[in-house]
Amino acid sequence: MKVLMSGNEAIARGVYEAGVRFAAAYPGTPSTEILEEFSKYEGVYAEWSPNEKVAVEVAIGAALAGEKALAVMKHVGVNVAADPIFTVSYTGTNSALVIVSADDPSLHSSQNEQDNRNYAKFAKIPMLEPADAQEAKEFAKLAFVLSKKFDTPVFLRSTTRVSHSKSIVKLGKPVAYQDKTAITFNPEKYVMVPALARLRRVEVEKRLEKIKQYAETFRENKMEINDRRVGIITAGMPYNYAKEVFPDFSYLKLGMVYPLPEKLIKTFAKKVKKIYVVEELDPYLEEQIKAMGINVIGKEIFPYTNEFDPGIIESAIKKHLKGGKFPAQKIPSRPPNLCPGCPHRGLFYVLGKQKVFITGDIGCYTLSYMKPLQGLHSCICMGASVGMAHGMSKALKEKGKGKVVGVIGDSTFVHSGITPLLNMAYNKSDALIIICDNSTTAMTGMQEHPATGFTLQGERTKQLDLKLLVSSLGIDNIRVIDPYNLGETKEAIKEELAKDGPSVIISKRGCVLFKRKDYATENPLKIDAEKCTGCKVCLGLGCPAISWQKIKPKEGSKQQGISVIDEGLCTGCGLCAQVCKFGAIS
Amino acid sequence: MLKNDEIKSVLLAGVGGQGILKASDIMCAVMMEAGFDVKKSEVHGMAQRGGCVTSHVRYGSKVYSPLEKAGSIQTLVSFEKMESLRYLHYLGKDSSIIVNSEKINPPAVNIGTMPYPADIIKYLKKKFKLVMEVDASDLAQKAGNVKTANIVLLGALASLMAIDQNIWEKIIKKTFTEKLVKMNLEAFQLGINA
Repeated sequence: MKVLMSGNEAIARGVYEAGVRFAAAYPGTPSTEILEEFSKYEGVYAEWSPNEKVAVEVAIGAALAGEKALAVMKHVGVNVAADPIFTVSYTGTNSALVIVSADDPSLHSSQNEQDNRNYAKFAKIPMLEPADAQEAKEFAKLAFVLSKKFDTPVFLRSTTRVSHSKSIVKLGKPVAYQDKTAITFNPEKYVMVPALARLRRVEVEKRLEKIKQYAETFRENKMEINDRRVGIITAGMPYNYAKEVFPDFSYLKLGMVYPLPEKLIKTFAKKVKKIYVVEELDPYLEEQIKAMGINVIGKEIFPYTNEFDPGIIESAIKKHLKGGKFPAQKIPSRPPNLCPGCPHRGLFYVLGKQKVFITGDIGCYTLSYMKPLQGLHSCICMGASVGMAHGMSKALKEKGKGKVVGVIGDSTFVHSGITPLLNMAYNKSDALIIICDNSTTAMTGMQEHPATGFTLQGERTKQLDLKLLVSSLGIDNIRVIDPYNLGETKEAIKEELAKDGPSVIISKRGCVLFKRKDYATENPLKIDAEKCTGCKVCLGLGCPAISWQKIKPKEGSKQQGISVIDEGLCTGCGLCAQVCKFGAIS
Repeated sequence: MLKNDEIKSVLLAGVGGQGILKASDIMCAVMMEAGFDVKKSEVHGMAQRGGCVTSHVRYGSKVYSPLEKAGSIQTLVSFEKMESLRYLHYLGKDSSIIVNSEKINPPAVNIGTMPYPADIIKYLKKKFKLVMEVDASDLAQKAGNVKTANIVLLGALASLMAIDQNIWEKIIKKTFTEKLVKMNLEAFQLGINA
């Protein structure tokens, strides 16, 4: 049967077809749908782990128990999980372990653009890279075969364009699940103390040598000899782009991007006159191929940054621009914005008016850095807000008193905010941390986590009590506020900033898009055109439901316009009514 | 019908929440049913927070790239009026444009720091041979629900394509629950006639 699938759906399908029934992940664009889709198959165990490191460790545990296991994350998630990944490379996996890294060239929804092919080489772990959904499914299956065959973890690398594009996939017959789990003991292989790790270290090099040999005849390292004047070496999605514009060139398409098949590459190099290496981001293939003594053209003509498209490859090779006839018009941009009724808006409206430095974190609330809220001044990575607020406060000493606030979402706090908050109590910090608790992982599309009290499957489970947790970390000043109440929010922030020692405010209200609408209000507000003075204070909330409408000034009035509420968008959160000094909104 | 090696590309563009991805899914299913190879590409993730959404749909006997290059899109379907201007570099002089009359203000227009672009249709008509403005929301209301505006626009697109209408209707019937099928078929037909 043939169906249309996204790369992510296809990876989930391939994993299932391989007879795998165990997966753990933390959500992150563009990887999120892989676990969501996998969890829908019959008889699987799938969990949202609190972060990527835990997800990998959970998968390692399952593999050591004899269960084939999958761990899924976005590219920066691999940074979080790097610690176990680099050492499970030494121990091997007993059963099979595949780690999906979904990279994001062009930073469609990420804080950086790192090329995770480098991790394969760095951690000495083989990596497969599919180019479309059909390959995504097949390569997911092959990854488990490789892992089992060579007793190694295997990376499966996707990019946004592979994960989120759809193409036709031929479904295969799933392998029946076989329960091979058992407790077995093998401390020499799995206890990585120096004496034993040194021995495994040697095994890793022997394994890599074997996989290199295997790569030479690996069926997904494909040579297509056509026009011998030009050869292209490529992998993943860029293969499709190049094929589109240069269908007659010769190709070496690498399905395995680590380790590389040196003999095959040399054979290809002998068959063609001139070679281009077509790859997004780093000159990862190019450097290794040049180190083989082969002359290739790469990053001197192709960009280092952003994803490619067929036009970029065509113009780089043809050395002339053959782009569109019509330049894109300069029109107002449409940056993603906090939704109407978003609980973060009230909090950041208040924060933006304080003369304090606000260390931010990863989530919807990061969007509040923009005008008009301007309620956040840094964003580095998951959990960084807490450690940074502490460091800044310590460095500033008296100057930083009451001047440093860290903000972090509930899911992000559980992911990696707990340890730095513990540090704040331990090292006598003076900063204020605000947990923006909207009771979901909103940015990636409403995933559950320990503090929501629900599992991936929507089953009730033990709910993490954030207040109790914060208290047990050693924080004495804790309070819970409702960010829909601007007065309460402002007062709490002022009071907690004035206190000595670390404070935590839990700003609690469910995401307005939440499927469990515990808090949602539904009655849209209206602006009384007679009472509106056109002062624009309500526009300072940056709510998509409020807009400015020009009017003809009345006799003797300088008023140029009024604010208007779009009743179709308004959720009735009431923030605008609170900021209006003229009682025009109700 | 297409020549053997010909690939057609359609760009659907608009704002998060307008049903663009649903429309492009339907379009892909139609092309598959009609016997074409098909690929589509989209960017989502931050889209539900009011950002731009685009979806490239490409079909032919064999399609490699899910993304079209600049200058080569045959048809642009803009689900929001000013969004049509954002993607003109993807079009060639023979490209067609279907544009919805609906305006959704971006933040800068909302807070009054930038005006909403004026005379969009006039500008497009000056540059391109085929520009079809469709008041999709109005037609969707007539079909029974403003949310079927995306299907109205698909109907308008279908009227420019040589694909059997029965295939479109078959896929629409498959896509929606029984309750919603009639309304969406009506919306599709209103789009064809638009």
